[in-house]
Amino acid sequence: MSAPAAPLATERPPFWNDPFWRGLASQILLAAIVAFIVIEATINARDNMHARGIPTDLSFWNMPAGFDINQSFVAYSAVWPYGRAFVVGLLNTLFVAIVGVILATIVGFAVGAARLSKSWLLARLATVYVEVIRNVPLLLQLLFWYNAVLKPLPGPRQSVDIFGFAFVNNRGLFVPEPVARAGFDYVLIALGIGIIGSIIFWYVARRRQMRTGEQWPVMRVSVGLILGLPILVYFLLGRPLEFAVPQLRGFNFVGGIRLSPELVALLLSLILYTASFIAEIVRAGIQSVPRGQTEAALALGLRPGPLRRLVVMPQAMRVIIPPLTNQYLNLTKNSSLAVFIGYPDLVQIFAGTVLNQTGAAVQVIFITMAVYLAISLATSAVMNLYARHTAIRER
Amino acid sequence: MSAIQDSLDDTFFVRTEAAPEKPPPVAVGGVIGWVRRNLFRDVWTSILTLVAAAIAIWFGIDLIRYMVIDAVWSAPDGAACRAPGVGACWAYVARKLPYFVYGSYPVEERWRVDITLLIGAVLIAWLLWPASPRKGLGAILFFVVYPVLAFVLLYGTPVLGLTQVPTHLWGGIFVSLLVALVGMVFSLPGGVLLALGRRSRLPAVRLFSIGFIEFVRGVPLITVLFMANTMLPLFVPEQFSPDRLVRPLIGVALFASAYMAEVVRGGLNAIPRGQFEAAQALGLRYPQMMRLIVLPQALTIVIPGIVNTFIGLFKDTTLVAIVGIFDFLRTVDTARLDPEWAGPTISTTGYLFAAMFYFVFCFGMSRYSLAMERRLAAGRNR
Repeated sequence: MSAPAAPLATERPPFWNDPFWRGLASQILLAAIVAFIVIEATINARDNMHARGIPTDLSFWNMPAGFDINQSFVAYSAVWPYGRAFVVGLLNTLFVAIVGVILATIVGFAVGAARLSKSWLLARLATVYVEVIRNVPLLLQLLFWYNAVLKPLPGPRQSVDIFGFAFVNNRGLFVPEPVARAGFDYVLIALGIGIIGSIIFWYVARRRQMRTGEQWPVMRVSVGLILGLPILVYFLLGRPLEFAVPQLRGFNFVGGIRLSPELVALLLSLILYTASFIAEIVRAGIQSVPRGQTEAALALGLRPGPLRRLVVMPQAMRVIIPPLTNQYLNLTKNSSLAVFIGYPDLVQIFAGTVLNQTGAAVQVIFITMAVYLAISLATSAVMNLYARHTAIRER
Repeated sequence: MSAIQDSLDDTFFVRTEAAPEKPPPVAVGGVIGWVRRNLFRDVWTSILTLVAAAIAIWFGIDLIRYMVIDAVWSAPDGAACRAPGVGACWAYVARKLPYFVYGSYPVEERWRVDITLLIGAVLIAWLLWPASPRKGLGAILFFVVYPVLAFVLLYGTPVLGLTQVPTHLWGGIFVSLLVALVGMVFSLPGGVLLALGRRSRLPAVRLFSIGFIEFVRGVPLITVLFMANTMLPLFVPEQFSPDRLVRPLIGVALFASAYMAEVVRGGLNAIPRGQFEAAQALGLRYPQMMRLIVLPQALTIVIPGIVNTFIGLFKDTTLVAIVGIFDFLRTVDTARLDPEWAGPTISTTGYLFAAMFYFVFCFGMSRYSLAMERRLAAGRNR
């Protein structure tokens, strides 16, 4: 017979070939490099900042800011501290972000639907819109709206009249301001009752449908409750809400709400730009629903309305929502382009004026970044929850 | 028999004559059929078509009038463009074109920019043309030799008898292309490294990669540029303080790397486990496995994503203006204030010209990516 086989090598390889030690070594090396860079940068920053007389702490936070801001949702003037200016900038950023997200979603879904329209011409038109807007830098569009469209507008006396209730001139967009009179509270109460009532009705209707299969007209009743009830109360109480239409007095408008040209340009460009991306997401989402789903729903006898509402859109939304959230975050981050036209957002006020006045570059930039980072991470966390909630549950 | 017949007549209906002829279906072929199907299928579609036609005609006529019919094609100065009712002032663009391309780069040295751009264009065409030979050599030339050559040519060195041109004179289209190219050249390897790091089984490497990627992706580019511009000089000893053009380049490169990393990670995730296992079974080391087996497949899958990142990067180069770099858009935005030309149509003309420039580049890139995608999918769609 053959000689007995040599025993398998059981001793461990030399430690420099052992994956464990190799991994440990490379990780220690990486950590050492990062630590070295951080420590070196900190020491240099401290020395350089001392040499240039730049503060290294946050003591400037409570010092008077000394500059004015032309748009603020909270009380602010030059005597307020830097910390207050930060709050003003943050609120202005959030305002642009929220208004922009809402309007960009509406425009984006409309354009996305238009791209899938059966009308060839409308679909082409939507394609042209998407391709042109997507392939031109946002900053260029922003500067175009601000410098080429809004700034050259005539003064208040030759304002461009929009159906007699809104006016555009080189001082901004003037829109009517809703003014509540006595009794308007009841309209709001009616609205609240309408919303609660329709939720209860929807709940009861769903239970009934589960039990008997009988459908109640939830949509129509809800619209009637939410819109009809407040409107009824509104007219019964003698229309307790007025719209103060801006009036030309002397050289400027009085009454109404003034939106600065900076705000209008920023919102316009952000909405149009983001909408073109949302349109593509919506189109891809709707097209991702297999054709068999539509055919099956038609075979079951669903009409086009319920077909879209019950079969296509729920499946499309699962594809649409994650990239849509990404676009919302992009819009929020892109609102920082405000600094180019002087809209007082977080970056313009804080990373611009405050940084220049205090020189505290490191602290200011890190705080600004932390704000955006917090918004991003919070949104991602919500998104992950949503993704887990809507994931297809397989057996 | 007849009784049965009668009862049958009572209970059954048997058609005795043919149904009336229906009119022939409306035309489904030819131009008229196409129009019927795609424009006026039903009432709702017809309304949408008419609305779209109204918008297209109204907007299209205005645009053509403004850009072609009413435009001023040649003029010595802005006087002709200030006349009421005239359209785009292309004479202004023609006059300012050297400034738009070179910024304040000295006139007698501009041939150096031309040569740099020409060499870059040739190398890029070499790399992008599907049938061109020796792509490896082209890649080395483009990614290693070309940056050095471009720096020497543009910045100048007394050794070769080229006068030095300080970066604050650089500007215009060539700076925009430079920023974009630096971003592209650094973001691809940087993105691959970060993506591999994010998938690493070593916790410290993974943590570092995730932290970097999520941090950079969570903040606006403007704040990264601010950071590069104001904080970088503080972080290094005074004598090593980077050039004012280099600072935003570092910012753009880091920013683009983080976005590229997520694109590459998507490609890596799409590679089946079996590919890794087969490579390891063949005895390949980690770098060999990645270089020869995994990355070629992963990067091919995500070509559209890579090109999209490049398009985004190219558009984002406009933001470097915030830290005082005279990129193309900044030169356009500065030139419109020239009192010799200033007029009501100058701003719009400048922005239209810039928009056409960016559109041609970005749209071209996206079309190229579509074509490549189709070409590469040919193997999968057999």
